[in-house]
Amino acid sequence: MPEFSFLFGQFIGGLTAAMFLFLIASGLSLIFGVLRVLNFAHGSFYMIGAYLAWQLVRWMQPAAEGFWPAALGAALAIALLGGIVERLLLRHLYAREELYQLLFTYALVLILGDVAKILWGTQQLSVSRPPSLAGSLELLGVTIPYYNLFIMLLCPTIAVGFWYILQRTAVGRIVRAAALDRETLGALGANVGWVYTGMFMVGSFLAGLGGALVTPIKSIVPGMDVEIIVEAFIVVVIGGLGSFWGTFLGALIYGQVLSFGILVFPRFSIFAVSVLMAAILILRPWGLLGRPLK
Amino acid sequence: MTTLKRVPWTLVVFAAALVVPFLGSRFYTFVATDIAILSLFAMSLNLLLGYTGLVSFGHAAYFGIGAYACALLMKSAGAPFLPSLVAGGLMAAAFALVFGFFCVRLTRIYFAMLTLAFAQIVWAICFKWNDVTGGEQGLPNVPYPDIDWMSSLPVLGDFRTGDQFYLVCVLIVALCIAGLRRIIDSPFGRVLTVIRDNAERAQFIGVNVRAHQLAAFVVAGFFAGISGALFGIFNRGVFPDFCYWTKSAEPLIMTILGGMSAFWGPAVGAAAFIVLNQQITSYTEYWPFTMGVVLIILLFVFPGGIAGTLIGAVERLRARPQPDAGSAPDARESDARG
Repeated sequence: MPEFSFLFGQFIGGLTAAMFLFLIASGLSLIFGVLRVLNFAHGSFYMIGAYLAWQLVRWMQPAAEGFWPAALGAALAIALLGGIVERLLLRHLYAREELYQLLFTYALVLILGDVAKILWGTQQLSVSRPPSLAGSLELLGVTIPYYNLFIMLLCPTIAVGFWYILQRTAVGRIVRAAALDRETLGALGANVGWVYTGMFMVGSFLAGLGGALVTPIKSIVPGMDVEIIVEAFIVVVIGGLGSFWGTFLGALIYGQVLSFGILVFPRFSIFAVSVLMAAILILRPWGLLGRPLK
Repeated sequence: MTTLKRVPWTLVVFAAALVVPFLGSRFYTFVATDIAILSLFAMSLNLLLGYTGLVSFGHAAYFGIGAYACALLMKSAGAPFLPSLVAGGLMAAAFALVFGFFCVRLTRIYFAMLTLAFAQIVWAICFKWNDVTGGEQGLPNVPYPDIDWMSSLPVLGDFRTGDQFYLVCVLIVALCIAGLRRIIDSPFGRVLTVIRDNAERAQFIGVNVRAHQLAAFVVAGFFAGISGALFGIFNRGVFPDFCYWTKSAEPLIMTILGGMSAFWGPAVGAAAFIVLNQQITSYTEYWPFTMGVVLIILLFVFPGGIAGTLIGAVERLRARPQPDAGSAPDARESDARG
């Protein structure tokens, strides 16, 4: 039996990974929930967000706390990019079969992957932790950097914030209505086109924010886009496509399965999460907390 | 379309493909082998995509399984080529049967997701099971099939090994494509198109939709396995990337590029894809960027792909002299699909 502090360390590691995944996957899930589009380019938005954050930090070099405005700036830039993509291109494909939408977002993966290589090269890049959160906390024999602690608090806050907006505000009501019945909502006078653009921008913002915030923990490398998107898919499938709390739960499960899976089957932990995804799709295609689609 | 349809295209293309080694260029043969093998991969996918209406995002799994099974038999067990090739196809079909059994229970986007999930499982196994699959390093140095018997033949004897292997590939791919053609033209194939057009109605007239979809899935898996097995030998190695999800997008792109409404569309798409790749990579390393742009233009401007657009153009030229052109679009729709 391994020591408790070791297990606790694994748990914390899994939790941190889960929080990042939640940030990214919730954007994917929101977009799917409202637009019914499975966005492969979501991972690319995440990657570009990371690169942009690195770039902005560099530009603000002498500023000690440049990381914070850089992260926010990167996320906003990605939201803008998402808005442009949705307005100019994606919206013309809503009436077509899913295949065309899937391939369109895949084309974006190809394009953005190369754009990142052209602009930032192929070597690893990294961003140092902001000095305000440079220290760490000793808890039950495990060293937890303040930055990771911050992430573990920030992501649930964002989750609750979104839940509040979706469930308790007028804007949220329109968004939920758009997810249920686009036509009726349009007939009632809401501008559905902008609701879609807005949701795509919010989803992209979350991807960009996830990418920007992950930079002090993980180095930025080409290929992180196609890797993260599969993980985000697994998370939303476990929780239920389009279900908000489902995504949260899915991320928690994914993080723990990956982090403890390594202890049980050192080689096959990536295998375990894929099997989990397949099992959920077979037994409960709409996920743990989702609703069956019509 | 009637006169165009009477031409035995499989034979024409087969005969044209046989000319390539006589051009005497190592490069042409290399490109032609690539095209032949990946055409089969894309056409196997189109049995699902264009004929049954199933969007699989994990077709690379069966390509990879075929490649690994054949390569392992030939390299580790020293088995001869043909049995290994068939075993590769059958192995892929067996996996397609198991995975497909679950996949056909789901519809649309969930079907795509589950095929992707199974492909990721296959990839994870290939990537991590070092003892058998060689893990991340893959299986290098897959032996060439024993084709010495060809050297004793009059004309073929003068060819290089690459050319001889190309001829073997063309022969196998032609047989497989002829097989696919027969399946599509059979009553079974007709039922698949009925399912594509309206699965609910197919059910009402007593078709077992799931069983037919599963059968199509297995057949597509078999041919993908054959093409993977050939590709592993051609590539002189089998790697986990063969099953990664981005590999599954390739035959999809080829099919869209060529046009999924025509039988030969995916092959045209594979040829265009590979030639484009060769041309562009000689200028720039940013091939994915170019492919992405081409794909977006296709999706927005030419959704029928190369073949679909050409067929449409021919149809319009033909329809011009007739006074009653009003019914032309409908005729095109149903004709091009068949």
